[in-house]
Amino acid sequence: MTEAPTSFRYVSKPRRTQEDRRFVTGKGHFVADIVPDNTLHVALVPSQEPAARIISIDKSAALALPGVHDVITGDELAAAVEPMMNGLDTPAVKRYAMAVDRIRYCGEWVAAVVADTRAIAEDAAELVELETEPSDFILDAEEAYRPDSLAVHEAHGSNILLDRTFTWGPVEQHFSESARELSFRVTWGRSSTVPIETFGVLASWDGWRDTLDVWASIQMPKYADQIARALRIPMNTVRVHQDVDVGGSYGVKRGIKHTVLAGYISRKLNRPIRLIEDRLENMRAGDAHGPDRIFDISIAYEDDGRIRSMKMRALDNAGAYAGRAPFQLGKPIGAIVGPYTIESVEYQAISVTTNKAAQEAVRGFGQAPTNYAIETALDRVAAAVGLDRVQIRRRNYIPSDQFPYLIPSGTSYDSGDYQTVTDKVMTQVGWDDLVRQRDALRADGQLAGIGIAACLEPSGGNSSFEPLLNPANTTTTWMDSCRIMVDGAGTVTATIHTTSSGQGHQTLTATIIGEVLEIDPDQIRVIHADSQTSLPSNSPVGSRMAVMLGGAAFNAAGKLKDKLKRIAAKQFGASPDEVVYSEGTFATADGDQSLGWMDVVTIAHRYFHLLPDGEQPGLEVTDVYQVPTGGGLPTEDGRVQMYPCHSFEFHCVLLSFDPILAKPEIHRYVIGHDCGTVINPHIVKGMTLGGIAHGIGAALFEEFTYDDQGQMNAQTLADYLLPSSHEIPAVEIVHHCTPSPFTVLGQKGSGESGYLGAPAAISGAVNDALAPLGITVDKLPIRTAALSDRIAAAANTQS
Amino acid sequence: MKCQLRVNGEDHTIDVEPRTTLLDALRDNLKLTGTHVGCEHGICGACTVLADGEPVRSCLMLAAQADAGPEITTIEGLSTAPGELSIIQDAFCEAHGLQCGYCTPGMIITASALLERNATPNRDDIVDAISANLCRCTGYGQIVEAIELAAEKLRQRNASPSEASQ
Ligand code: FES
Ligand code: FES
Repeated sequence: MTEAPTSFRYVSKPRRTQEDRRFVTGKGHFVADIVPDNTLHVALVPSQEPAARIISIDKSAALALPGVHDVITGDELAAAVEPMMNGLDTPAVKRYAMAVDRIRYCGEWVAAVVADTRAIAEDAAELVELETEPSDFILDAEEAYRPDSLAVHEAHGSNILLDRTFTWGPVEQHFSESARELSFRVTWGRSSTVPIETFGVLASWDGWRDTLDVWASIQMPKYADQIARALRIPMNTVRVHQDVDVGGSYGVKRGIKHTVLAGYISRKLNRPIRLIEDRLENMRAGDAHGPDRIFDISIAYEDDGRIRSMKMRALDNAGAYAGRAPFQLGKPIGAIVGPYTIESVEYQAISVTTNKAAQEAVRGFGQAPTNYAIETALDRVAAAVGLDRVQIRRRNYIPSDQFPYLIPSGTSYDSGDYQTVTDKVMTQVGWDDLVRQRDALRADGQLAGIGIAACLEPSGGNSSFEPLLNPANTTTTWMDSCRIMVDGAGTVTATIHTTSSGQGHQTLTATIIGEVLEIDPDQIRVIHADSQTSLPSNSPVGSRMAVMLGGAAFNAAGKLKDKLKRIAAKQFGASPDEVVYSEGTFATADGDQSLGWMDVVTIAHRYFHLLPDGEQPGLEVTDVYQVPTGGGLPTEDGRVQMYPCHSFEFHCVLLSFDPILAKPEIHRYVIGHDCGTVINPHIVKGMTLGGIAHGIGAALFEEFTYDDQGQMNAQTLADYLLPSSHEIPAVEIVHHCTPSPFTVLGQKGSGESGYLGAPAAISGAVNDALAPLGITVDKLPIRTAALSDRIAAAANTQS
Repeated sequence: MKCQLRVNGEDHTIDVEPRTTLLDALRDNLKLTGTHVGCEHGICGACTVLADGEPVRSCLMLAAQADAGPEITTIEGLSTAPGELSIIQDAFCEAHGLQCGYCTPGMIITASALLERNATPNRDDIVDAISANLCRCTGYGQIVEAIELAAEKLRQRNASPSEASQ
């Protein structure tokens, strides 16, 4: 790895994480582990139809079962709470935790049973009698987009949540000037992150303290805020316990509806209420599906393969309610040209409602599908001009000396050296050998292919896509914070203000504070404040915590060091900038006077008379950190600085499959990865490998399919196939470090790495394997059965 | 019904409904919450415990089936003492063979069963052994490395996982 800008003491060193110890002993603190006395349990009654009018709900048999305390319906809930926020200006697309009058997707909750145990609640849920009048439904996005289509929300008048066309630069001119043009369609199937822990929440109202305690498996910006609004209670009565360990999320754990429901019941019954999804509830109605997207792409390019302009139409199937889905069309605007010098772009972003489950945020927030579309374009142009697929990318890369580089949609990329990363991967993989290996497999009767993907991971997330897609929303900050306290005994405690779901935030914070204060990070305690004592945070979404929490921790530690220096300076009779700090010792430049860490801490905590004038006693500092480069509103033509940092990854994969069975086997997987300064190499490695595994799943196995009756086919882990250790190859990672000029240590994000390029790389490899047969696949996931059918059909036409 | 369970070397008598799974009995009755719930239909492996040394899915077994039956070992039974790590647990920390930690107890239980019967597993043996334990965070790479490392450390000690914890 290239040396980081300065030599570090703790940063970039392969140190153990602080978190792992508790997990390897089974001592994590997950939401399902928290069961206060008197807790009641919730089970949900799901709808059996994709669309229906609710005629009646008979609760009597359920209520008669011993141990059942209540059965709540959508009507009751809607009368007592506000609809959930959806972020867009679509007030008629109302959404509550449970169906009100109308059912809009199969599995939607129509009633909640509250009982002494989860088992009794499940028994009683089966006794709730639901009378409905089924109605027509719609599953297909193209159909839903048609002006005359059936509207999922009648009051809204159509299925269109968002339909906006952006034109950045002289697109038509570039199309007419360019020598060539090509068009194609690709489809990204509905998959998700599917954490091994389902979503769960425990809500407990205490009327004597006016406090709603919430323990939840959550990863959600402004969670306490949304609960309070929906329940019509002041936000300072909501206390989210952010020290709950979250068993994986990758964007998806947004259980607002679960929490509003549990919070409402707890206030009604004055008991702690526990709602832990079972796998079935999670898969069909957990608000946990990801993008479901059709791309139509046109590319204008020159004979030498240089791409001048792109038109992209992205039609996304949001499911029955708005959720965060439309915004997942917005975030990719910040990297809409990928790592390439495409000069102009027309982008039509369409989000429609259908009678599928609601879509929520998924790792990369729409970037992985977009990258798949862009990378497919690069492969098609390469084929058209007869260039090697690595060459075509090299020809279109933004040169390393042009950063910061302004892309047509208004974002400046911070830094990158794409050619060098590509060089490193080519060396690692031994390109000529790899091609020979592929050809040998082909000679053996296999279909074998090499896949290439080069893409960006926008990181340090802010929410510029909100004002961009909803002018009524003028939010321009998405800050994050850190507080550091040094107690009277000299030990250091930092607080972070969000939950963690495996990203290693404690390690990140301790490492950076340790670096600045030159003390062993293992001596620094990092705790998760609850929401009532929290500084502002926007949670670990958008691959942001290394940048944002890292930035806040760095600044807070700097402020602390400055204060300690001022106190020492006063004792020395010197000015603070004459004080030299090293590993806990403060000294004058000449070394004549010095004070130890405890001497200065003691002055701060006990000796007001020794403090500089105006200095507050004690040692507590905070930093609330604005997203670097953030703060601006979009221009009228829809340009905005989206995320500040752009990590780069270059994937190269060799796979093969038998023409009859078509089960892909991955022989080699090399990724070049540049996320700037790495804070903890173990963590970045894990994120990258995990992301690639997730991407392989999205490319080959995972999909929430619906049958033509609107029933979801994949409701268990036996139908929705998560890759196991058998499907994931040993992946080789090649590092490179191009520090970001916009962050405190040159770091960029890596939480979405791997996932953002793996699906494109796998698709490229499969298509390369199929090339000799003259067929292409243009839909993910590429399921084995569909693939072998295509191969058989092609063989039949040829014979 | 009354059930007698022998878990981590201790005897417990619990009163459960006949339909109670071993998983629920461990978590709800014995408060051994290190064993996790992922799917409750036998796919994910988060609920893996040892029954007489063999990995089993506690979501697919009734508590009644363990009545006066096999010796059950959960993740809590693998730590040598509070705050101390077994060799396998330590290797998972060293290689960072986890992220969110949710699949981890099941992985470590599975790894300990593997290393108990095979002191020199190769990569394929390890991949096979953990192939029925799903992890969504890691992509398995560092889990495999952790188990390789644990095997090496155990060989240096010339001990099986159970001998090393005595
Ligand atoms: S919970 Fe037992 S296998 Fe998933
Ligand atoms: S560490 Fe999160 S599921 Fe394995």
